[in-house]
Amino acid sequence: MLRTFARRAASSSSSPSNSWLSLFPQLLLPRKREFCIAVLPDGVDRSSDNFARNSGAMDGFISELRSHINKVLAGGGPEAVKRNKSRNKLLPRERIDRLLDPGSSFLELSQLAGHELYDEPLPSAGIITGIGPVHGRLCMFVANDPTVKGGTYYPITVKKHLRAQEIAAKCNLPCIYLVDSGGAFLPKQAEVFPDRDNFGRIFYNQAVMSAQGLPQIALVLGSCTAGGAYIPAMADESVMVKGNGTIFLAGPPLVKAATGEEVSAENLGGASVHCKTSGVSDYFAQDEMHALALGRSIVKNLHMAGKEGLINGQQNINQGFKEPLYDVRELRSIAPTDHKQSFDIRSVIARIVDGSEFDEFKKLYGTTLVTGFARIYGQPVGIIGNNGILFNESALKGAHFIELCTQRNIPLVFLQNITGFMVGSRSEANGIAKSGAKMVMAVSCAKVPKVTILVGGSFGAGNYAMCGRAYSPDFLFLWPNARISVMGGAQAAGVLSQIEKSNKKKQGIQWDKEEEERFKAKVIEAYEKEGSSYYSTARLWDDGIIDPADTRKIIGLCVSASRNRAPEDTKFGVFRM
Amino acid sequence: MASIIFRRKLPTTPYLLRFRLFSHSNSNTTQPPPRINKILIANRGEIACRIIRTARSLGIQTVAVFSDADRDSLHVKSADEAVHIGPSPARLSYLNAPSIVDAASRTGAQAIHPGYGFLSESADFAQLCGDEGLTFIGPPISAIRHMGDKSASKRIMGAAGVPLVPGYHGTAQDIDTMKLEADKIGYPILIKPTHGGGGKGMRIVHSPNEFIDAFLGAQREAAASFGISTILLEKYITQPRHIEVQIFGDTHGNILHLNERDCSVQRRHQKIIEEAPAPNVLDDFRSHLGEAAVSAAKAVGYYSAGTVEFIVDTISGQFYFMEMNTRLQVEHPVTEMIVGQDLVEWQIRVANGESLPITQAQVPLLGHAFEARIYAENVPKGFLPATGSLHHYCPVPVSQSVRVETGVEQGDAVSVHYDPMIAKLVVWGENRSAALDKLKHCLTKFEVAGVPTNINFLLKLANHHAFERGDVETHFIEHYKDDLFVDPSNLLMAKEAYEAAGFNASLAAACIVSLEHSKLAENFSGNDLHSIWYSPPPFRVHHCARCTVEFAWENQYDSSGSKPFPLTITYQQDGGFLVESGESGSSAVEVKVSHLGKHNFRVEVDGVIMEVRLAIYSKDQIKHVHIWHGSRHHHFKQKLGIDVVDEDESQHKPGFEATSNHPQGTVVAPMAGLVVKVLMKNGDEVGEGQPVLVLEAMKMEHVVKAPIAGQIYGLHVAPGQQVTDGSSLFSVKKN
Repeated sequence: MLRTFARRAASSSSSPSNSWLSLFPQLLLPRKREFCIAVLPDGVDRSSDNFARNSGAMDGFISELRSHINKVLAGGGPEAVKRNKSRNKLLPRERIDRLLDPGSSFLELSQLAGHELYDEPLPSAGIITGIGPVHGRLCMFVANDPTVKGGTYYPITVKKHLRAQEIAAKCNLPCIYLVDSGGAFLPKQAEVFPDRDNFGRIFYNQAVMSAQGLPQIALVLGSCTAGGAYIPAMADESVMVKGNGTIFLAGPPLVKAATGEEVSAENLGGASVHCKTSGVSDYFAQDEMHALALGRSIVKNLHMAGKEGLINGQQNINQGFKEPLYDVRELRSIAPTDHKQSFDIRSVIARIVDGSEFDEFKKLYGTTLVTGFARIYGQPVGIIGNNGILFNESALKGAHFIELCTQRNIPLVFLQNITGFMVGSRSEANGIAKSGAKMVMAVSCAKVPKVTILVGGSFGAGNYAMCGRAYSPDFLFLWPNARISVMGGAQAAGVLSQIEKSNKKKQGIQWDKEEEERFKAKVIEAYEKEGSSYYSTARLWDDGIIDPADTRKIIGLCVSASRNRAPEDTKFGVFRM
Repeated sequence: MASIIFRRKLPTTPYLLRFRLFSHSNSNTTQPPPRINKILIANRGEIACRIIRTARSLGIQTVAVFSDADRDSLHVKSADEAVHIGPSPARLSYLNAPSIVDAASRTGAQAIHPGYGFLSESADFAQLCGDEGLTFIGPPISAIRHMGDKSASKRIMGAAGVPLVPGYHGTAQDIDTMKLEADKIGYPILIKPTHGGGGKGMRIVHSPNEFIDAFLGAQREAAASFGISTILLEKYITQPRHIEVQIFGDTHGNILHLNERDCSVQRRHQKIIEEAPAPNVLDDFRSHLGEAAVSAAKAVGYYSAGTVEFIVDTISGQFYFMEMNTRLQVEHPVTEMIVGQDLVEWQIRVANGESLPITQAQVPLLGHAFEARIYAENVPKGFLPATGSLHHYCPVPVSQSVRVETGVEQGDAVSVHYDPMIAKLVVWGENRSAALDKLKHCLTKFEVAGVPTNINFLLKLANHHAFERGDVETHFIEHYKDDLFVDPSNLLMAKEAYEAAGFNASLAAACIVSLEHSKLAENFSGNDLHSIWYSPPPFRVHHCARCTVEFAWENQYDSSGSKPFPLTITYQQDGGFLVESGESGSSAVEVKVSHLGKHNFRVEVDGVIMEVRLAIYSKDQIKHVHIWHGSRHHHFKQKLGIDVVDEDESQHKPGFEATSNHPQGTVVAPMAGLVVKVLMKNGDEVGEGQPVLVLEAMKMEHVVKAPIAGQIYGLHVAPGQQVTDGSSLFSVKKN
């Protein structure tokens, strides 16, 4: 019902009287456009059962999400928060608020990392990361939460820290580390310490980013023990707070055990020692507020550091943009909870792009993939969205469109709702694998900023072609209803039960119907759990679950942050023809 | 009704019609005085500006004079020419007669208008002007001389049949005679220097044993202020009203009165609210008073503007001559408003030898007018004059019925050198209550920030039920002090005031955050790729952005110091602000703000839309926020940046509140001023409340007393030394 309505609406906007205009793009310059052929229709039937069902289901998702979020915003619990306050320390988000330009936005990443991951709760993985402006300069913030396990690094903490550094390196963002951490979480040292993407990588990244001219700034607001001591030591500039901030490779207990020397934490590695004697730190702060003020002034004086490629961002931003014509909050009612039910991705696009204006590319070809140009907060973007299974034509169209965007240096936005590529003999014979490979090749090699939003399902090779996590989009966010797995639970159960059945048959065992159903149910249950957005975000397979109503804002912020670099030439590999 | 029509006509036909009647009658003088076409104004501040305005309208050029402190003052900017006449202290500049006369001859001015105060009642100065061939715009020299001497003036008035207060005006000034005379008149008694005015040197003595101390003090102050220490004694009237009559004469022997003014409401013997005509006065009384004033003026052959002051005994209904001021008074505008005339213009025309434009019978009495004097002063500290910068100055808009006489602009300083009056607010209404309503309204809209003012106090006065009834007398403030001053022990009132301040703090905080935000968004839009990061409201993933504002409420009427108002502001999705105050967010208001431009805001709380005005300025690392909302004005402070003391220097630097950190028993200067007398020396024993030294500031003497009994130490000031506000003067060690 929804679909037919959208179809009708879509076909009406491409009437022959308008189509000749698209041959003369100069007539379509946005500034001169008094009437617009590109305005998307509403595409939503508010009186439909689906609309009501979807919004009801999404309300449930969002209230569940909010309750999880509220828990992590409270940090390590009232006791720990009180103890923190008694030391004249702020909570990590409050610290960031005071570093940010007043009244500016902050794009926090992976708030629910570590969600139900370990036996004990680990709110936000014990570390707050995100992007926001300081003196007009976008920075990446990495702030330990001392109220969560003393700010120690669990494996997922390390992963979140590294992800923040990865984004910073990619987007050319100065890094500000608000250090207040006991170092590695020793009971899990095997998962924290030795591997390539473990604790040591933090300092490696600092060194490499510093070499690239990306400022590394550390504010030592609490303890900074053992490996943690290298964060300020590796920083370009560091600030220490009198009394609270300490830096040492070994704390007083270990020193006593090792050498017998008895020394207080402050005398061993306090601000005075490091600012006056050792030179490990550069700025002496009287208290935390002073340290944060010093942090701001350091950023103020960064001047051109890491800024050489900024021309990219200046190009072609339309400051006088229009808001979408339709209420962005209706996105909550558009996403279906039943993934078998399809919906027109254009109704999503209509709610996230400026003026709901979308110049669709190859509209009549490979219609299960929607491609086109639009602007978000005045910033040009190329949008690729799913409107069904990927066929040969859709994949070819996708590859073509990505090539266009790389040529023009237009950031790409992927709106994923994909069950996969078409299967079956006809499809295989037509070379669906070849076509899919072309799109995957194009996505992998495209050097423009990429932002992926999972608005529905993300299954199989569709996840690859639509720039899943493995394809290193600059940012990837999920809607709460999103599901991610190699295939659907039911399909997997079917496949696995058939294999099991034939194995049993070889062994001469007869599988009764009931047992088979139980087997299938188990598989489905596992897929249900592991395919959920919480399972994904807890493991940092994404950068966070978002409220659909925030989609426009978040894409806008992501694109803005990822434009912070010089344009790069894209070189594609061998396309199988 | 007729009066309304008349008022409406005023602006369209300013003074032309009325002065058609001024005839230049030079038939009876052999040599006509030269027409004045350039006037030097030997004054400063609002009166200089006032005179310049009228001169301008008459096509007369103006010359201002200025001291060092006044180089950039409004009166200098308003005049066609301006001449520097000396250093900041008045005695070296505005009281420096030769320098002023020299300025007139250098610029070719033919006449000097002395304004009020300074040299306005100096016969010597008038004489000097005459000697130099300059027209002194004012009364005859003889009248100045006679009326300037209070004893002589009473003698003359007595002879002319003007009623006098029983008293002693003799030349024998020895203390025994004085005491004897005082006892004869009966207590309470008033001790008054024969020269000067403005309440300086005046003492009221309630019982014989207080007499001698008071007498000596009055003598000393008179000598310091006026150079002449002659004292007179008068019966002190316990419930007096101060009613004065504006008189005007020309050089052709015409003298008339322009009705009376009531100036009863006074503090420190200085007027703060004046009105015309006097309330609750019968026409009969009015004409008697007027006639008496005209006879007084005739007795000294008066011409130009003058004022005859009477003391009215509210109990007996008798009136007595007090003194005659031979100048244009501060409060002359209230008379102008009710007679529809420009008295400065009259002065100039009379100086030109013209006749008065109207006869006594033609003097109208139109409606009612009030004048409120807005001072930079510390009301709870006994109305002590205050100094500072006018960081924000936005008087009410003027109209036909609202005048603002001012000599300052935003950014000007109120210095220690001169009178701390900021402006005179003059309003007119068809009747007293209409005028009073207008006065109250204008006072709530009169915005001054940077120095403490008496505006709130004036508002309280204007709102007082007794004042509303017109039940005024000179002890009005003393009499109703419980109503007019905040009593810190009144918990109910304190709670109410605190809540009102809290509400306004929330509004102010929301306005400031909104203002700062829009400024920032402006800075980063257009040329910056990051403008999206600044578009309001600030975005947070799954929660609302918050910020904190730490206000400290400066309560003018509470000396217990500023009260902290920590506020937490949450940016709402709809662009509004949730402002929570108190430790646990005990009270919360949702505020929507729209900025109307400059310092005007419209705020919406709970569906009610209100207008508020804000003044924001920074001084000494402190941001000051003033908010005007309805009839309330609050002042909040916000610390800018952070207090940082370098660790190594921390021992050497004085703390943040150095001034309040004096050891116990230390006495600090209540205000900036000049030490005129030191009565004690180190090591002396003093009793509690015993005078230790005398400070002069803002033309007033302040006796600094020992706070406790004990021994004086650390006294390091000497007569003639300038001390700053809050600096330590001496200490008293408790025995």
